[in-house]
Amino acid sequence: MGKQWIALLALTAAACSGGAAGTGTSEDLKGQTVEVVGPWTGDEQKNFEQVLKVFTDKTGAEVKYTPAGDELPTVVQTRISGGTPPNVALIAQPGLVAQFAKAGALKPVNADVEKAVTDHNAAVWKQLGSVDGKLYGFTFKTANKSAFWYSEKAFQQVGATPPKTWDDLISTSKAISETGLAPVSVGGADGWTLTDWFENVYLRTAGPDNYDKLAKHEIPWTDPTVRKALEELAKLWGDPTLIAGGALQTEFPKSVINVFGEPSTAAMVFEADFVASIITTNTKAKVGQDAKFFPFPSVAGSKDAVVAGGDMAVQFKDDKATTELMKFLASPESGKVWAELGGFLSPNKDIPETAYPDVVTQDLAQRIVDAGDNVRFDMSDLAPAAFGGTKGAGEWKDLQDFLADPKNVDGIMARLEANAAKAYGK
Amino acid sequence: MRLRPSVDAAPGRSPRQAIPFLLPALVVLAALVLYPLVFSLIRSFFDASGEKFVGLGNYVETFTDPRTLIAFRNNVIWVVVAPAAVTGIGLILAVLTERIRWATAFRLVLFMPMAISLFASGIIFRLVYEEAPNQGVVNAALVGVHDIFSPASQYPGARPRDGYAATEAGFTAIRPSRAGDTITVPLIGHPPQDVPPQALPASPPTAGAGELRGVLWLDVSIGGRAGAVDPTERGLPGVAVEAVRDGKVVARTTTGDDGRFTFPDLGAGDVTVRLPPENFALPFRGLTWLGPSFITPVIISSWIWIMTGFAITFIAAGLSAIPRDALEAARVDGATEWQVFKRVTVPLLSPVLLVVFVTLVINVLKIFELVFVIAPGSVQSEANVLALQMWQVSFGTGGDQGAGSALAVILFLLVAPAMLFNIRRFRRERS
Repeated sequence: MGKQWIALLALTAAACSGGAAGTGTSEDLKGQTVEVVGPWTGDEQKNFEQVLKVFTDKTGAEVKYTPAGDELPTVVQTRISGGTPPNVALIAQPGLVAQFAKAGALKPVNADVEKAVTDHNAAVWKQLGSVDGKLYGFTFKTANKSAFWYSEKAFQQVGATPPKTWDDLISTSKAISETGLAPVSVGGADGWTLTDWFENVYLRTAGPDNYDKLAKHEIPWTDPTVRKALEELAKLWGDPTLIAGGALQTEFPKSVINVFGEPSTAAMVFEADFVASIITTNTKAKVGQDAKFFPFPSVAGSKDAVVAGGDMAVQFKDDKATTELMKFLASPESGKVWAELGGFLSPNKDIPETAYPDVVTQDLAQRIVDAGDNVRFDMSDLAPAAFGGTKGAGEWKDLQDFLADPKNVDGIMARLEANAAKAYGK
Repeated sequence: MRLRPSVDAAPGRSPRQAIPFLLPALVVLAALVLYPLVFSLIRSFFDASGEKFVGLGNYVETFTDPRTLIAFRNNVIWVVVAPAAVTGIGLILAVLTERIRWATAFRLVLFMPMAISLFASGIIFRLVYEEAPNQGVVNAALVGVHDIFSPASQYPGARPRDGYAATEAGFTAIRPSRAGDTITVPLIGHPPQDVPPQALPASPPTAGAGELRGVLWLDVSIGGRAGAVDPTERGLPGVAVEAVRDGKVVARTTTGDDGRFTFPDLGAGDVTVRLPPENFALPFRGLTWLGPSFITPVIISSWIWIMTGFAITFIAAGLSAIPRDALEAARVDGATEWQVFKRVTVPLLSPVLLVVFVTLVINVLKIFELVFVIAPGSVQSEANVLALQMWQVSFGTGGDQGAGSALAVILFLLVAPAMLFNIRRFRRERS
């Protein structure tokens, strides 16, 4: 530990002496520019720029935000190869962060930032940002991927209450199907929704330890724990009366509109907190009244657990302005700004619950904080992209094939393992 | 390049003079074409990191990867079907439109899809082939036609709660009944608010001698008991019920407004009650165009829509260059229009047709956007083509640019013969 501190200090010192102009002791960073690359576009971009504006007002440093959308990994990779990385990037794939860290492209965070990360987050988040014992980043914005969104009207029609367990979910679904409504809408045209389904069930049936092992491919996909999770999933996916038709041609936004749009063709849809923004922009349903959520039910008596996604802030340079920005992003202050604007969740436990604009968001945020170390990062984002992040290939495609034929548990496990072995072997 | 001395001696043809003039173009060509080409070739012999030499490893992997093989197969389908279809349709339309008065306007309209970017066209066709008939125009048309001939059923998707087995001929009772019995048929899977307005509250009938009586109702209500007639539950009128004996329908009736049905004279012996499937047939929803079986034809159809204008324009230009007297001579000699088309127009046009065809082949080999946009993620591997696979391997899947370069080189080798052919042709025409 001592050695690391020295290394960190040395790095910071080197950065200060070798940094750009104006590296005095003053907090005033006027005249310096920091470039941030992030995935957010549209409204999210506007909200993030509000956060950055607070930083500029505080320090005087200019911040230039470059939105890169879904192509962020390509953009950042190209910038690194070209020798002009941005100062800070917000990366949704921890695997990519590790890759950059090992290649020496990233700078470890400064001691102040590390302290802020330790103080404001559960230990699991610090682990996530660490590579070979060094902290390279922290999750600035997170997604709670353990939520079932349901139509209040559909539930009232059968007098159902939000199910607490997986078996409840299935019996509630059966009751709903009796009214002629499809119980669960699945956005199967997008593979990532299916990996989130699997991860939630797996985290509950196999437990966090096995989850970590499977994410690192230390246990194979032919493991009995995988079979158990797939069999649980098949209880729902395998009953054509419980799943809305045409799931494999339904894109994620459409799967939400199926439930909350007019006419509604399904009663529930599973996905992350950002379902709320799709409901608000595409349907007349009101989140909190017509559209509510319940946490992903417990499977076979499992404890509360949350599968989370998120964007990790990392730095490619370590001049003073960059470090100050990282410090700012790690503090509750920055998260609070965006939290108040809506559409934002943070793992930062020191952002007051009241900062979130409505009851639903407060609940979603609180569940992440409450789950503490039982939070696990989206497994497919931890896996090599060839396995966990490619349209029409790897885990995405295999789970789509499973949705098409949920009886074929053995065949799917063999295919998952073959694809995983290939992707992790590289 | 060797220059003959006689050319060398001619004024203005000295290589020393030519070089400075050619230099800017050469530099641009070398930097933008030659360098990337050579670099891709070299890169294809290295692994993902670009540091380790793997020889032909990337090529071996490419030819053994099932995803890439599907992409190869699809490229073959594309090359065989698409350019020929577009050239054929283009030829027919060009010849037909030559005769009409508003030929130019007509061709302009047909050419318009060319002005739309492939990406936007892809999005248009993604919607055209959308499965839900209220969004996808193709399925809307199919459903419209279908429903004229066989209207939708009254209670789509409804099913008995239990005690019935789903068979080809409908839901068949597991236990037999006989005259004098009363049976209850609880149905589920239908929205209570969609029960016809004339429906009355259901109640089990009393037994009648010599008659088989029963009630069929929607067994769905809040707090209702499964399989029992609850006060708020209503009968389902108009459901056909059959009595079957030894595999033959011996009686048939329909339920009344209170859901009751009666088989008056069944005679002695057991019968099986059956609910024929036309009661509950799901409405026809069209075809799953964007599913694995239709996806490549669907994408090819959109490409045809886009490229036909291109073919027409070229072929029409070729048509106007055909000597009229050849056509007139054939007509004077008594040839029918079909014979003129087959024996005169097409042979005279064949150089143009060939150029159009080859150009389309080149275009088809590098098809990318349409597949990327139209195919939903779940069938992208079924719809995959080489150019898309190359992009995904290089940039999409953790960036193995070695394997991606190998694919690029293979794609180049496939396009090269077609390009050489076109270049030769142009050269011959010029000389």
